[in-house]
Amino acid sequence: MSLKRVAMPVQDPLIRQTNFNEVSLGYSEEMAVDEAKRCINCINKPCISGCPVSVNIPEFINLIVKHDYEQAYKIITKTNSLPAICGRVCPQETQCEAKCIRGIKAEAISIGRLERFVADCHLKNGEYIEHISIVNGHKVAVIGSGPAGLSCANDLIHLGYSVNIFEALHTPGGVLVYGIPEFRLPKEVVESEIENLKKLGVEIQTNMVIGKILTVGDLEKMGYEAIFIGTGAGLPNFMGIVGEDLIGVYSANEFLTRINLMKAYLDEYDTPIKKGKNVAVIGGGNVAIDAARCAKRLGADHVFIIYRRSIEEMPARMEEINHAKEEGIIFKLQCNPIRINSNDKGEVSAIECVNMELGEIDSSGRRRPHVINNSNHVLEVDTVIIAIGTSPNPLIKNTTDELQTNNQGCFIVNDQLLTSKLGVYAGGDAVTGAATVILAMAAGKQAAKSIHEYLLNKY
Amino acid sequence: MNVILKKAQLNQHTVLYELEAPYIAKKANAGQFIILRINEFGERIPLTIADYNRDLGTITIIFQTVGKTTLDLARLNVGDSIQDVVGPLGTSSHFEKVKKVIVIGGGVGCAIAYPQAKTLFKCGIDIDIVAGFRTHELIILEDEMRQVCNRLFICTDDGSYKEKGLVTDILKRLLDEEKNYDLVIAIGPLVMMKYICKLTELYHIKTIVSLNPVMVDGTGMCGGCRVRVDGKIKFACVDGPDFDGLLVDFDELINRNNFYKEEEKHMCKLFGGK
Ligand SMILES: Cc1cc2nc3c(=O)[nH]c(=O)nc-3n(C[C@H](O)[C@H](O)[C@H](O)COP(=O)(O)OP(=O)(O)OC[C@H]3O[C@@H](n4cnc5c(N)ncnc54)[C@H](O)[C@@H]3O)c2cc1C
Ligand SMILES: Cc1cc2nc3c(=O)[nH]c(=O)nc-3n(C[C@H](O)[C@H](O)[C@H](O)COP(=O)(O)OP(=O)(O)OC[C@H]3O[C@@H](n4cnc5c(N)ncnc54)[C@H](O)[C@@H]3O)c2cc1C
Ligand code: FES
Repeated sequence: MSLKRVAMPVQDPLIRQTNFNEVSLGYSEEMAVDEAKRCINCINKPCISGCPVSVNIPEFINLIVKHDYEQAYKIITKTNSLPAICGRVCPQETQCEAKCIRGIKAEAISIGRLERFVADCHLKNGEYIEHISIVNGHKVAVIGSGPAGLSCANDLIHLGYSVNIFEALHTPGGVLVYGIPEFRLPKEVVESEIENLKKLGVEIQTNMVIGKILTVGDLEKMGYEAIFIGTGAGLPNFMGIVGEDLIGVYSANEFLTRINLMKAYLDEYDTPIKKGKNVAVIGGGNVAIDAARCAKRLGADHVFIIYRRSIEEMPARMEEINHAKEEGIIFKLQCNPIRINSNDKGEVSAIECVNMELGEIDSSGRRRPHVINNSNHVLEVDTVIIAIGTSPNPLIKNTTDELQTNNQGCFIVNDQLLTSKLGVYAGGDAVTGAATVILAMAAGKQAAKSIHEYLLNKY
Repeated sequence: MNVILKKAQLNQHTVLYELEAPYIAKKANAGQFIILRINEFGERIPLTIADYNRDLGTITIIFQTVGKTTLDLARLNVGDSIQDVVGPLGTSSHFEKVKKVIVIGGGVGCAIAYPQAKTLFKCGIDIDIVAGFRTHELIILEDEMRQVCNRLFICTDDGSYKEKGLVTDILKRLLDEEKNYDLVIAIGPLVMMKYICKLTELYHIKTIVSLNPVMVDGTGMCGGCRVRVDGKIKFACVDGPDFDGLLVDFDELINRNNFYKEEEKHMCKLFGGK
């Protein structure tokens, strides 16, 4: 049995840095079966415990070996309603794959790639459409259509509720459509998952900013018996350094939204975007890597990722870091910006940085960076993209007195994801702050379960 | 989808639409705005809700054709629909305990100033409106503004109608003549608002301005609309668009509003703009 996992076919780095097509091309049937055969079907199945939604991983992998992909799909979707998405963007190396027994002496099974294979097979040839036979006559409102809202809606509709999603933007999907780029998660994949939900009967109303056009109180008056808030953590933080207001400085959210949601890279769209020649991206998460790779694809000569710790501490997925390196993104590690300089037209001309050394372990379990004296240096750039984190927006909190939030603006909930207001639940990034797709999905599922129990007790 | 119910050409460059938008009409208040996207390929642009009718479920927008999107928008007709309209966004204007107010509009800014004047006037507050335009042909909403104030002063840069001069000239005169104004509301080009604030600062009069930074989502998600007020970063789409003018860093915003000058110029040429 091979010690190494079957390699993922990818677009050549030199070619892919000039287009927005998907980088990872997906396993062929033969590759998938070969990889699936590497699973030794161990007794304890530790991988399942590494999955936030407990997908029955060995069972679906075994079905791949038997070439029964549609059945494998059914197994995954018992607990994960968005497998084509999770297969592509989950940080498997710290979740299921980290627990894989084979990972001890060899490479762990590529669970994520197999999940993607199964989901893509279904999207291509699957006939299996679930039919919802029960309708219980109760109405639930879901606010926000990111992974938390979508998975909550999915579970609720299966329980017989009539479900209405209210989304602020003109397209549903949350970060999956406005943040994560096409080359990592094709929007077609997200659309088809959302289409499936609509087929099941979930109603999605776009252009509805709750807190503005309707408040939580209005929704209650309209007959929604429970409400789930999955509004994410979209509000970008800035560094507070000099020069953040110059022409050429973006929040990663604005840069990525213009590209992904508003398709600035396609000629037929009106969306303007600055195509920088030398671009600095500040931050070390998936958001920073995505922004950097987008800037490269818009034609930048040099793209720098400026991160104050070392590569080991980077929260981004390993695969993305490697892909970014292959595409020529330059990593300036243990480096921190202190000001952005301008030319006489008020445009960015350079970014001034200092070097950092790593000291003692801090509360996040990572080594704390300290400034090295007299290490100031200047990097000539024309664009700066800030990707140092986000927090929840205050739109709903400001218009619903009973809802409590912590000092980061995250909703305070109990184990059942109930907020401080009866009948109102919250989950995903809106509760945890910026996290992951799968954790948001798991929260949506938990909320659906809690809402069901709450309404069962009520009637 | 929001259908256009009425269209009026207010001057060569300014168009008024009444749109079907029942939910927005129900909640809209003076000072708030919408963001619209004409079709799948369009930009999202913010426009103020110039008026609304809660019973009929309609809102009014008034816009000046300055670039690709507003030119495209002006080409639509009654019965056409706009793909996406989201709102009402921003905070509505609250003015407590004011008795006598000067409302100043510059150019298409009058479309934004008008609903504010109307709301205050309806509450029994004394309103003087100062409206400035480049030239006679560009004057909009003269009759409407006259209905919602005690006195209307119009000036043109070239003197082709009423007084020749700038709104700041009239403002200074009013402030010198009468001492009992307790608020100035100024809406128009950034440079105009900047000079108004310089003036009112000398007279120690509270001044509210309505800012128009570039916006994308309108929900606080992109940070593109950030402005510096009293030294702090504020997002105009959620914290504004109205701010205390004496605390706004106008120079920074004037610079930032040129963000896409090159890109937009290109687009305007392509689509027959100036
Ligand atoms: C660029 C980028 C890359 C990422 N890459 C990865 C990755 O590779 N792997 C991974 O696991 N995670 C990744 N993440 C994180 C992941 O996307 C998020 O943790 C996840 O999307 C959170 O889901 P959510 O449903 O809680 O919120 P979101 O996806 O943020 O969705 C919230 C939705 O609510 C809407 N909304 C907000 N306010 C309102 C309102 N008042 N009324 C109505 N609607 C409202 C928003 O418009 C949005 O559509 C990435 C994030 C970003 C930004
Ligand atoms: C809160 C708010 C309320 C507004 N209300 C009105 C109104 O009632 N009537 C009116 O005529 N105009 C209003 N504006 C300005 C209007 O949004 C712009 O004129 C419009 O976006 C120009 O788009 P364009 O494609 O036609 O022109 P472009 O060629 O794109 O740009 C022309 C000018 O408009 C500015 N602009 C471009 N895109 C945006 C954007 N997405 N957001 C904000 N400004 C932008 C640019 O800085 C530039 O100076 C408002 C702006 C804001 C922020
Ligand atoms: S418009 Fe995006 S944050 Fe205000």
